[in-house]
Amino acid sequence: MTGTAVTLDLDGFTGIRSDLIPILQHAQDSLGYITEEAVRQISQKIRITENEIYGVATFYAQFRFEPPGEHHIQVCMGTACHVKGGQQLSVSLEYQLDAKMGETTLDGKYDLEQVACLGCCALAPVVKIDETIHSQLTVLKLRKVFDEDEES
Amino acid sequence: MKIWVAFENNKKPLIIVGAGTCGRAAGAMETWAKAEETLKELKIDAEFMEVGCIGPCYLEPLIDIKIPGKPRLSYSNVSPSKVENILREIFEEDKIPERDFVGTFGDHDGLKKFWDHPMLAKQERIVLRNCGIIDPNSIDHYLARDGYIALEYALAHEPEEVLEIVKSSGIRGRGGAGFPTGLKWGFCRDAPGDRKYMICNADEGDPGAFMNRSLIEGDPHAVLEGLVIAAYTIGASKGYIYIRAEYPLAIERLENAIEQMMETGLIGENILGSGFDFDVTIKKGAGAFVCGEETALMGSIEGKRGMPRSRPPFPAQSGLWGKPTTINNVETLGTIATIVRKGSDWYSNIGTENTSGTKTFSLVGRVRRTGLIEVPMGMSLREIIFDIGGGLFRNFKAVQTGGPSGGCLSEEFLDIQIDYETLAQAGSIMGSGGLIVLDDNTCVVDLAKYFLNFTQSESCGKCVPCRVGTRQLWEILERITTGQADIEDLNKLEKLGTSIKRSALCGLGQTAPNPALSTLKYFRDEYLAHILENRCPAAVCSELVEFRVIADKCTGCQSCVKVCPTDAITGPRSEPHNIDESLCIKCRACYEACRFDAIAGDAIVITSGTVT
Repeated sequence: MTGTAVTLDLDGFTGIRSDLIPILQHAQDSLGYITEEAVRQISQKIRITENEIYGVATFYAQFRFEPPGEHHIQVCMGTACHVKGGQQLSVSLEYQLDAKMGETTLDGKYDLEQVACLGCCALAPVVKIDETIHSQLTVLKLRKVFDEDEES
Repeated sequence: MKIWVAFENNKKPLIIVGAGTCGRAAGAMETWAKAEETLKELKIDAEFMEVGCIGPCYLEPLIDIKIPGKPRLSYSNVSPSKVENILREIFEEDKIPERDFVGTFGDHDGLKKFWDHPMLAKQERIVLRNCGIIDPNSIDHYLARDGYIALEYALAHEPEEVLEIVKSSGIRGRGGAGFPTGLKWGFCRDAPGDRKYMICNADEGDPGAFMNRSLIEGDPHAVLEGLVIAAYTIGASKGYIYIRAEYPLAIERLENAIEQMMETGLIGENILGSGFDFDVTIKKGAGAFVCGEETALMGSIEGKRGMPRSRPPFPAQSGLWGKPTTINNVETLGTIATIVRKGSDWYSNIGTENTSGTKTFSLVGRVRRTGLIEVPMGMSLREIIFDIGGGLFRNFKAVQTGGPSGGCLSEEFLDIQIDYETLAQAGSIMGSGGLIVLDDNTCVVDLAKYFLNFTQSESCGKCVPCRVGTRQLWEILERITTGQADIEDLNKLEKLGTSIKRSALCGLGQTAPNPALSTLKYFRDEYLAHILENRCPAAVCSELVEFRVIADKCTGCQSCVKVCPTDAITGPRSEPHNIDESLCIKCRACYEACRFDAIAGDAIVITSGTVT
């Protein structure tokens, strides 16, 4: 998620049109987000316009065009999470981190994202921080996760 | 096969960890690490095996302990601290600890059986038969459980014969629409063209459903075997699995399984010496709900924006890159091998007259026992929610089926026997299998708004009824939930909803109004309470609720003062506290603190419309 490469290594791709989404995913994995330079490179590789690439990339929720925070927070917005208080988790998280959903905190430490469903509905509500899914959360339990993180 | 025999007759103690996504979210990996540490201390040489989800997610982490010559014992909610005690009692004291013991597999005197657990007893597991039982990373485990026998049989017969089995089994598409699978395959088989495609739709987009994820994580080969059989039947040599990027573990399991198939000649050129060639590519979705729609999904595989197109032509005639294409859901494909192996008569005898077989559901929301279940078609909602799910903690209000395309069914529908037709008649749909149970603390208007917010943000924007219409529906619901609507808005909601249903281009738009229309039909009173009394009966809609301290009950323990992020609560110790409504962001922190940490326990209430 938080790759550090500057230019994109596209050797593994043949450059056919149907490679576009896999290449964008690869770009985001290695660069952390879709950079302007990456779009230029992809445009040359697949031989379609940058315009078209942005058209596809902005259609899909997965792609981001701003540098990510150090830690990636995904708040699950699935139905089960919603009926079990997921909305309050968002409200409280936004207030605590002083950033809105879709934004990165000023210190660059966290970025907040709402996702459609992480598929852990039976343990709702859940929030994923980097690769760890925290389940059966309450506002206070979630706050504790962050307080512990701040301490360590 | 050897590996399975070794597993069945293990020489060393074996620890089996439920390590699907839910198990991991519940802390299975931490428990695993602690178990390893404990066994090391006890100087016991044990092996570990990970399995997928066995179903009762609310019991996760589930850990089984299998000592050679002794029954396999299953324990629930095994936190790291518990696992140490359990292992010590078993290995040091030769006891079977009773606490958190779910049951044993097989028959053992005096011990309760795992499958007799009330959540499992009434289930019938066909598609989930291996989930939680076998090591999903081992093709040998799958082979030992009759894996790939169906593929071998299919390849030794003409595609028409396989098609006949699938047709007469009566299986219908498990993705939601319930179109007969055999017919779908037949159309594609009959379509002219030398190049055809077979696609597995694993873009489980319904928020609140995870059946496909669990199946792939727990038994990836079952889905892949079905995929190859389908490809052979329709005459496709290339396949795709379109899967959500949000399911990293499921993707890993598929990649691993495909590699094993290549090594054993189950995929690639000349499969099992039959002359049939087929290879498969995994395509990761990039987060767009509409890509669950067939034509949008194909656009996405082609590297374009995932936008539906009008049909006809149907994918069976002109699909991926204009070639005949069949798209089946994960669950449909996961059932195929068992149907081919056991025969169509066997399958069609399960379920109802119109809908044969079983259906998996993700039973979630405000029900006691949450998890993944599989039941024969025709079981009543009451049996599912109250017998399998163990009922609710509070009063039942409704059950939501079919996700953003479905509806909410009230108590009077609890006894209908579920299949595609009965659910549609009741005003909802089967959908892919999300069952979300709601109690009297859930606001159905808020839920309808939630779904419309989802569909309007996921609308691809191609057709006006969906792009503009769902936005308008959401705005009406927003007005209702914030106390700014008038009674005329209900008519607008109905009229607009009905016209979107008739005019939208694809299934997403045509079904988007369902959550609003069905709740309005069965819970009109709640809509009226919001509009006429500015009151949310379930005390959910944040603009209409207020957090209050009941002065008589408050002991002044300051638990809520400490947790309030906006300093909205004041009051000296030992005196009733006050909440300043103008500062309150309604995050519930104080309410939780009062319930769990405070001395009084119930001094903070969330009310709506009771105070003027």
